[in-house]
Amino acid sequence: MAETVVQPSRSRDLDKLLLRPGNIIGANFDPGLELREDLAKYAKVLVVGAGGLGCELLKDLALSGFHNLEVIDMDRIEVTNLNRQFLFRFEDVGKPKAEVAAKRVMERVSGVNIKPHFCRIEDKDIDFYSDFSIIVLGLDSIEARSYINSVACSFLEYGSDDKPREETVKPLVDGGTEGFKGHARVIVPGLTPCFECTIWLFPPQVKFPLCTLAETPRTAAHCIEYAHLIKWDEVHSGKAFDPDEPEHMKWVYNEAVKRAELFGIPGVTYSLTQGVVKNIIPAIASTNAVISAACALETLKITSGCSKTLSNYLTYNGAEGLHTKVTEFVRDKDCLVCGPGVLVELETSVTLQKFIDLLEKHPDLLLSKASVTHQGNNLYMQAPPVLEEMTRSNLSIPLFDLMGKTVRSTLHVTGTTSKNDKKTSALRKLRIVFKGVDGVTDMDMAGAA
Amino acid sequence: MIKLFKVKEKQRELAENANGKTPIKKQSAGELRLHKDISELNLPKSCTISFHNGKDDLMNFEVTIRPDEGYYQGGTFLFSFNVSPIYPHEAPKVKCKTKVYHPNIDLEGNVCLNILREDWKPVLNINTVIYGLFHLFTEPNSEDPLNHDAAAVLRDNAKLFQSNVRRAMAGGYVGQTLFPRCL
Repeated sequence: MAETVVQPSRSRDLDKLLLRPGNIIGANFDPGLELREDLAKYAKVLVVGAGGLGCELLKDLALSGFHNLEVIDMDRIEVTNLNRQFLFRFEDVGKPKAEVAAKRVMERVSGVNIKPHFCRIEDKDIDFYSDFSIIVLGLDSIEARSYINSVACSFLEYGSDDKPREETVKPLVDGGTEGFKGHARVIVPGLTPCFECTIWLFPPQVKFPLCTLAETPRTAAHCIEYAHLIKWDEVHSGKAFDPDEPEHMKWVYNEAVKRAELFGIPGVTYSLTQGVVKNIIPAIASTNAVISAACALETLKITSGCSKTLSNYLTYNGAEGLHTKVTEFVRDKDCLVCGPGVLVELETSVTLQKFIDLLEKHPDLLLSKASVTHQGNNLYMQAPPVLEEMTRSNLSIPLFDLMGKTVRSTLHVTGTTSKNDKKTSALRKLRIVFKGVDGVTDMDMAGAA
Repeated sequence: MIKLFKVKEKQRELAENANGKTPIKKQSAGELRLHKDISELNLPKSCTISFHNGKDDLMNFEVTIRPDEGYYQGGTFLFSFNVSPIYPHEAPKVKCKTKVYHPNIDLEGNVCLNILREDWKPVLNINTVIYGLFHLFTEPNSEDPLNHDAAAVLRDNAKLFQSNVRRAMAGGYVGQTLFPRCL
């Protein structure tokens, strides 16, 4: 027997997961050396964010057997990062986080290749994101999560049976921390709720009434927001406040102190000023470590199939004792971002006017007075009059031409539907397929005929 | 899913650019919701809306209000709206571009309207906000002052307030402050 020596991987525990069969496993789990090698060779993981969570994620993923990692972050290292963003040293202050983080992990973990991207997530085109097997998020804002979610969901295609096509599914693993609390969730577009399905989970931001700030401040935060939102504009007419400019922050702090003295309010400090203005909650290193570990493990589970994945939202609270819980959220079936949308098949000759008329009779829609938008291009607006006028000329043009002659595409319509004699306004996603165009011999289209 | 990734990666290695179409970025959920709000606008005659970046940028627009009753009758007031991609999770940012003598609008154009800050809810929409702004001109409110002096005058001497408003709108001084003509 030609015996090849089984090279133990760096991590014995990883081998236990990848080389042995099990009972609670994912679909198509095929344990063995090939799996271990394939994970290293073929899985491409993008880490979004190289801050508190990002540093942990890069380290955890590198040690979990992934060899092809990339990281994207637009920030530079600040002194205040150093207590928890452990890949950075004092002499790194001012350098791009993504570049330093990538370098440090590659120095420590042999075999791993990490490509850094020092830029905004919006700067990369959609092809960049489509290259990855899985995207892991270590972010601190709703905006950025919502953006990556919409990118990942834009790859998703549905077959004629309204089932997602597996090869178009781009999984996301999202981590987030705030002080002693954190969450880790798995988003498999088309199968589990996407970020927009559960946007209501986020509490509304605390905003103080402007008149309270101007007239009756009661707390240190009121004084700071007064300086930030009202006094700044009064003094610096036209110049925008930049929270990343230390001079600006100093100015706001000094004004807040004056205001607090005037009203006899204690507690205005420079760090509270930063906290209120930038909405910062103190970050805790151990929370990042716990959440990152959960995210890295889910990433390994999704890619290898070595275990069933988290379904689908884990919360962690270490504030008093320790509490963790997993909640299975459900999809919003009409989600505008990850939902299948209503399939509408059309001839290429159908004009926009004809299309709008068709929507009124479509049994699944019954949508009257529709306004139509296609990927940021407003094709027709019923109101206000100024926009109606600007878009009216489109009505006589074939929809196929207005949509850039793409055979299959998504568009969104708003209008009024009648249900049980009650009129409600609706915003719907449609999946448009043009019939009889050369080159479309797609299997599931043939099935739909 | 590794098998799938493997297949995909091998395809790429073979440079099999089979279906060369690349998906295009979708509109943000906020943009879509805004599209709905805008297409359902139902404004009073005294309010008009304009889109200075053309029909495809709905996130930045201006609203002109010409009150047809009350202290501010005959004036023209311009508001800028800036809507975030996570709308309606976050309220639109509204500023008054016309310098106005008003208890609830300061001289920098900050507007004290509860639904723009502390009372904003995702069920509200652009129409509600515009009606809210319109309401500020028909019913200025001395209890939530942003312009302290104007609020005090309104509270203590409605006649003087009325004449101050007329003077300001005609392009005159109220106290030390010069207002541009907006009639």
